[in-house]
Amino acid sequence: MLNTLTNVLQTTVLYSTPLILAAMGGLYSERSGVVNIALEGLMTIGAFAAAVTTIFTGNPWLGLLAAMVAGILFALPHAVASITFKADQVVSGVAINFLAFGLSVYLVKHLYNGEAQTPVVQETLSRMPIPGLSSIPVIGPALFNAFPTTYLAFVIVAASYFILYYTPFGMRLRAVGEHPKAAETAGVSVIRMRYVAVMISGALAGLGGAGLSIAIGSEFNQSTVAGQGFIALAALIFGKWHPLGAFFAALFFGFAVSLALIGQLFGWTQYVPSEVLNMLPYVLTILALAGFVGRAEAPAAIGKPYEKDSR
Amino acid sequence: MQVMSKINRRSSFWVSLISVVLGLLVGAIAMIAAGYSPILAYGALFQNALFQPYDLGETIRTISPLILTGLAVALAFRTGLFNIGVEGQFIMGQLAAVIVGLKLHLPPIVHALVAVIAGGLAGAIWAYLPGLLKAKRGVHEVITTIMLNFIALYLSNVLVRTWLTSGADSTDRIADTASLQWSVLSAMFGGARIHFGIIIALLMAFVMYYLLWRTKLGFELRAVGYNPHASEYAGMRVDRNIILSMMISGFFAGLAGAGELLGTQGYLAIQGGFTGIGFDGIAVALLGGNTPIGVVLSAVLFGVLTYGGNNMQFAAQVPFEVIRIVFAAIILFVAANVSGWILGCFRSLKKGRGA
Repeated sequence: MLNTLTNVLQTTVLYSTPLILAAMGGLYSERSGVVNIALEGLMTIGAFAAAVTTIFTGNPWLGLLAAMVAGILFALPHAVASITFKADQVVSGVAINFLAFGLSVYLVKHLYNGEAQTPVVQETLSRMPIPGLSSIPVIGPALFNAFPTTYLAFVIVAASYFILYYTPFGMRLRAVGEHPKAAETAGVSVIRMRYVAVMISGALAGLGGAGLSIAIGSEFNQSTVAGQGFIALAALIFGKWHPLGAFFAALFFGFAVSLALIGQLFGWTQYVPSEVLNMLPYVLTILALAGFVGRAEAPAAIGKPYEKDSR
Repeated sequence: MQVMSKINRRSSFWVSLISVVLGLLVGAIAMIAAGYSPILAYGALFQNALFQPYDLGETIRTISPLILTGLAVALAFRTGLFNIGVEGQFIMGQLAAVIVGLKLHLPPIVHALVAVIAGGLAGAIWAYLPGLLKAKRGVHEVITTIMLNFIALYLSNVLVRTWLTSGADSTDRIADTASLQWSVLSAMFGGARIHFGIIIALLMAFVMYYLLWRTKLGFELRAVGYNPHASEYAGMRVDRNIILSMMISGFFAGLAGAGELLGTQGYLAIQGGFTGIGFDGIAVALLGGNTPIGVVLSAVLFGVLTYGGNNMQFAAQVPFEVIRIVFAAIILFVAANVSGWILGCFRSLKKGRGA
């Protein structure tokens, strides 16, 4: 029984990590007033960059760095289109998803003789047990014998909470997302703030994608990300655009994502088709949005391009 | 909402043309960067898509569902809604069509007609929920439709695996009576899989035109898209119009799925991911300026690029995905109105010279 619980917890934490990272990415962008439906694409490009860089250099840490850089580079066109050119942010996000998917598969095919996936990454990240803590029963193996990306995710959640609510930068960022005109009057550059937020978003989502290709998995292919960017977006909304809310929502969705695997582990798939288990995160999101877990309040200025002279 | 109406207004021919040229340019840069020849690749693309009867037929087959998914996105846009769920509604259309095609026994033509309509209705029903949630609870349709895409994918897979077959990866072929293929047409195009879907698609483009610009309902739908508050004040039922618009949009998407299944594939297989035809509809609608004629024209362009892009792989070894990059760039350029900006620069340059 205890073993079972440990197993479930460990799988949940494993599958939550990329979701937590991407959801935190979405948090910065959306709290600054820029819808980021491009999380899926940013994760895809991160997963791709991490896998390829790690294969070429043999160093997964460089892979993580490459994923962040690639995420930032791909968040930039979204920022330029939606902030400077005032494009519809959802449409622009859709285009980024297209672009990331197209470009990563194009490059994989180009690099590996037409194959639609990278070779197996040999030097993936490995679990790093924290001495002492990892031997605590049940939670020890799940929380303290995890991949470095998991620790990183936990630290980023705590840091994000602190940054958003206790630093001038965070308060300006939230102000820009709630009432850009007032923020501008108070001397905050709305445009610059939103650019920075969208780029942070790209870095974190890229990191989340890296977790999929060089920690949980060990290659990049067309279905490496498979909708997890959208689940991260759902977690952000589910968690009401709050770092801790999004964190717990991501953990919950991580559990839902891992259900299919856990289900196989314990033979539930005899009774429930695995596809139905796979459906669960999406069904839950719709139920949540329909108001069964309370109303979510989006940042007030979300989705609206900022025009200096408008009121 | 203002953004949506802005998109509607940017529909001039030049804006679209410049966006397409810029998009192809981005694709060319991606090819040069990877060491391919864009001239060879684009040459092969257009030649292969257009100049043989067989390829022309196949190109028309590729265009048919794109017209319908493009219409679906465009119609929703007109009402101020962004239907990203076209992909899911497409899958539901396929699913309903294969069920009718396999399980019902009807005379020819009637069977096909029932299957097509079932597909459209399935798409409409799948779009009802996001419409309802938007209208009654203010839930953003983008998120609900994305979620419903995944649910449709898994639902279709589980039904293929457990109900339509016993554990197999794909269903039997539908009854011949339900097929949209027409041997006369196919023979005219060297045996290409061209089918009745193109006629349904063109008919629906006309239906959209007639509905939006020639009926009272259409006027209301467009009015709600321009300004929901004013429409409400004018006594229009905004809620009802949102739901209806989503459902009509879903109906077009469902028809696209049914057409593909009954005309091209003939069976339904377990799918590892999305077909992408629904998402391509977004690009088609945006480039087409959300008008029926524009959608048909841009579907022709995207259809040529898609079909030709596949052949480009053989002729110039360029991976097909470069076409996806071109699509993405076109969407981005249209949405950001980059061509409007370029035209603006051009005009002020001319003015400067004149003075």
